[in-house]
Amino acid sequence: MQTEVIISGFGGQGTLYAGQVLAYAAMDEGKQVTWIPSYGPEMRGGTANCTVVISDEEIGSPTVKHPKAVLALNLPSLDKYEDMIAPGGCLVVNESMVNRKPERTDIRVVMLPANEIAREIGNERAANMVMLGALLANMDILPNEALEKALKNHTAQRLQKFVEMNIQALRRGGEYRAS
Amino acid sequence: MALELIKGNVAVAEAAVRAGLVSYFGYPITPQTELLEYLSARMPELNRAFVQAESELGAINMVYGAACTGRRTMTSSSSPGVSLMQEGLSYISCTELPVVIVDVVRGGPGLGNIAPSQSDYNQATRGGGHGEYHQIVLAPASVQEAIDLTTLAFDLAEKYRSVVMVLMDGSLGQMMEPAELPPFQPIKTEIPDWAVRGIPGRGKHVLTSINIDPPAQERTNIRLMTRWQQVEANEVRYKGYYLEDAEYLVVGYGTAGRISLSAVRAAREKGIKVGLLRPISLAPFPFKVLSDLAEQVKALLVVEMNNGQMLEDVRLAVANRKPIAFYGRMGGMVPFADDVLQEIEALAAGPLSQEEHPRDRWLAKMRVEFGTGA
Amino acid sequence: MLDTDVKVVYQRPRGFEELPTHYCPGCTHGVAHRLIAEVLEEMGELEHTIGVAPVGCAVFAYNYFAFDFVEAPHGRAPAMATGIKRSLPDATVFTYQGDGDLASIGMGEIVAAASRGELITVIFINNTNYGMTGGQMAPTTLPGQVTTSSPMGRDVERQGYPIRTAELLSSLDGAAYVVRRSLHDPKNIRMAKKAIRTAFEVQKQGLGFSMVELLSTCPTNWGMTPANARVWLAEHMVPYYPIGDFKVSSSIAYDKPKGRD
Ligand SMILES: Cc1ncc(C[n+]2csc(CCOP(=O)(O)OP(=O)(O)O)c2C)c(N)n1
Ligand code: SF4
Repeated sequence: MQTEVIISGFGGQGTLYAGQVLAYAAMDEGKQVTWIPSYGPEMRGGTANCTVVISDEEIGSPTVKHPKAVLALNLPSLDKYEDMIAPGGCLVVNESMVNRKPERTDIRVVMLPANEIAREIGNERAANMVMLGALLANMDILPNEALEKALKNHTAQRLQKFVEMNIQALRRGGEYRAS
Repeated sequence: MALELIKGNVAVAEAAVRAGLVSYFGYPITPQTELLEYLSARMPELNRAFVQAESELGAINMVYGAACTGRRTMTSSSSPGVSLMQEGLSYISCTELPVVIVDVVRGGPGLGNIAPSQSDYNQATRGGGHGEYHQIVLAPASVQEAIDLTTLAFDLAEKYRSVVMVLMDGSLGQMMEPAELPPFQPIKTEIPDWAVRGIPGRGKHVLTSINIDPPAQERTNIRLMTRWQQVEANEVRYKGYYLEDAEYLVVGYGTAGRISLSAVRAAREKGIKVGLLRPISLAPFPFKVLSDLAEQVKALLVVEMNNGQMLEDVRLAVANRKPIAFYGRMGGMVPFADDVLQEIEALAAGPLSQEEHPRDRWLAKMRVEFGTGA
Repeated sequence: MLDTDVKVVYQRPRGFEELPTHYCPGCTHGVAHRLIAEVLEEMGELEHTIGVAPVGCAVFAYNYFAFDFVEAPHGRAPAMATGIKRSLPDATVFTYQGDGDLASIGMGEIVAAASRGELITVIFINNTNYGMTGGQMAPTTLPGQVTTSSPMGRDVERQGYPIRTAELLSSLDGAAYVVRRSLHDPKNIRMAKKAIRTAFEVQKQGLGFSMVELLSTCPTNWGMTPANARVWLAEHMVPYYPIGDFKVSSSIAYDKPKGRD
């Protein structure tokens, strides 16, 4: 079994970090995993995305044309990736940053106002974790607790103070189901 | 096993540190810079030498000097920077010094771009500098392999008094994967007896690449060639996948190799009996195994992120016994497994002419698909 | 329409394309570009100019200037400019280079061009780091300054001392005009523009090599707001890199020169 997830948004929305948390969780669960960012000049203030591939066997390509899941944190990401998702796949959309609904009907769509939710918890920057929580709740990739464990185990000492908030964000995101 | 999620560039840097690296000399260039940045903190922390050189020219000649002392040294760069280092690599090879160089290849020629590419295969495997010399070229496809091959590179460099290049590409440098780092090796204290070290009572040592007397240069070259024969006999490395019953064979290295693995699996699901050969040592190239496989399979597909450079080595090995197809992307474009799958399906649908050069067929298709650019 | 009262006080110089730049917000590369475009327009040189872009953040400078441009390998702009100038002696030829490009990898080329008295003008952007590759140490990085490759701060014992490029080049007989200016406030920007004008005039008059070093900001890699970056420049860079004229050949006539209108 192999799952590919693209996480995409503006630079500064924490898409690369969210991908790393997912990758750590997969690693701790004994899975094979790759994390690869898009890198380059477009990163400066532009969009930032990464692809995470999780698998039970040696991973071939670290990038895919048709990912099983996409987290779109902003409108350009929704526009870019909606059509690419594999049929039956899952699209998680940050409602706070888009002005339209996805059009595809052959995929599962989770809409949630990640920025608002994160703000309620105390920091808008946790929107990435809200999105990630929603993904795991709607797709059988890893056990839900895996992300929480990964956050606890792999967050640098000086950032440990944010772990609780991020866990809350994951849980709040996990309350949303595909419509 | 203590796995860490670690980025390719950083993994290579730490692996070198653990291999007992005494000095590092480099110059910033994307997509290799994290390697230099990591060592800018790590080496001083361990009281080892780190110098950001004024240029790649400076860096490779600092490495040249460091290698003359017989202690472990390395540099790293990306394509345009490695081009500048070619003069030094030729001198180092002629002086028969152990040096490790990491090339995180990016799209070219020229300034090109910073996207992943394999366009420096020829430069790496043919010896991009002047004169007749060889360097060992190792091409990892994963972060773990990058770590393991970096460790190996130092041993091979010393064993054969040779330049060993770890040839990566931008995507492997930027990618994170779980990997295990090797234990720390102590810094070697015994210094090889060819090194300059300024110890009285041992007799004078001169390290030079000048042989003003042509017969002397010829003798040097015979020695270099003889050593290369040993390398060819002992240091061929590759990994095979699904070879046992393979009727078709894909050949790809590094990132193109692992992308091909996904395609090969997908093709197997469709019932196509296809295998993958992923050369790990590009120089020496696995001619023998490829030649044997050419007997077994009906046709081959070479996949590269360049214009068909390893293709020529595959053609040498296959010696026109079987048809070969080529699929390449250039300029920093990375193929998707789906694209490679299509090529495998076309290969299996056969038949393929052996008349035309595989590159010509491919280029004609590329022109149709992407325009001539003219 | 109030056509009697309306006066144009500010507009895009003719030497500029109508394009947003890729530079980070508040980066002084944009200011330097504008000064060059204004000067060349005022001198009537737009149609006779060939620019040489560096490898660095200004690698895409050719997108913004509305005249001919070439792009050099990292550090080699003065050599390329030499080739162009020797082939087209009547053209106005300038290079635009960062401190990594000019004072590190390209130090050989710039010294050689200056010592030959090459009739080119060099606009040298000193922002104390390698902007494009993400803020590594440059030859101009100040003692103690933290960069991504001097994470503990530049330690002069191990990493050497900053290079005062203008002073260094001023010692060469082929250099006719070598000065340093700054881009951190309007007064200094006006002074910078005058110097750029003089540098190009020196080239036109065939007096020798000319260079204007411009103290510049890199808010992104310094991790500062543009406003704070300008303050930092004034407080830290200006004391180390004094603004001034380091070589002004005696044959330079300041007031007279006219362009070829
Ligand atoms: C031969 C070579 N080495 C290294 C690089 C990578 N590189 C690109 S830009 C740059 C530094 C640019 O810094 P600077 O000249 O200070 O200009 P800035 O970006 O700060 O304006 C480097 C090292 C390259 N392109 N070519
Ligand atoms: S990185 Fe620095 S020098 Fe480059 S455009 Fe941004 S602010 Fe300017």
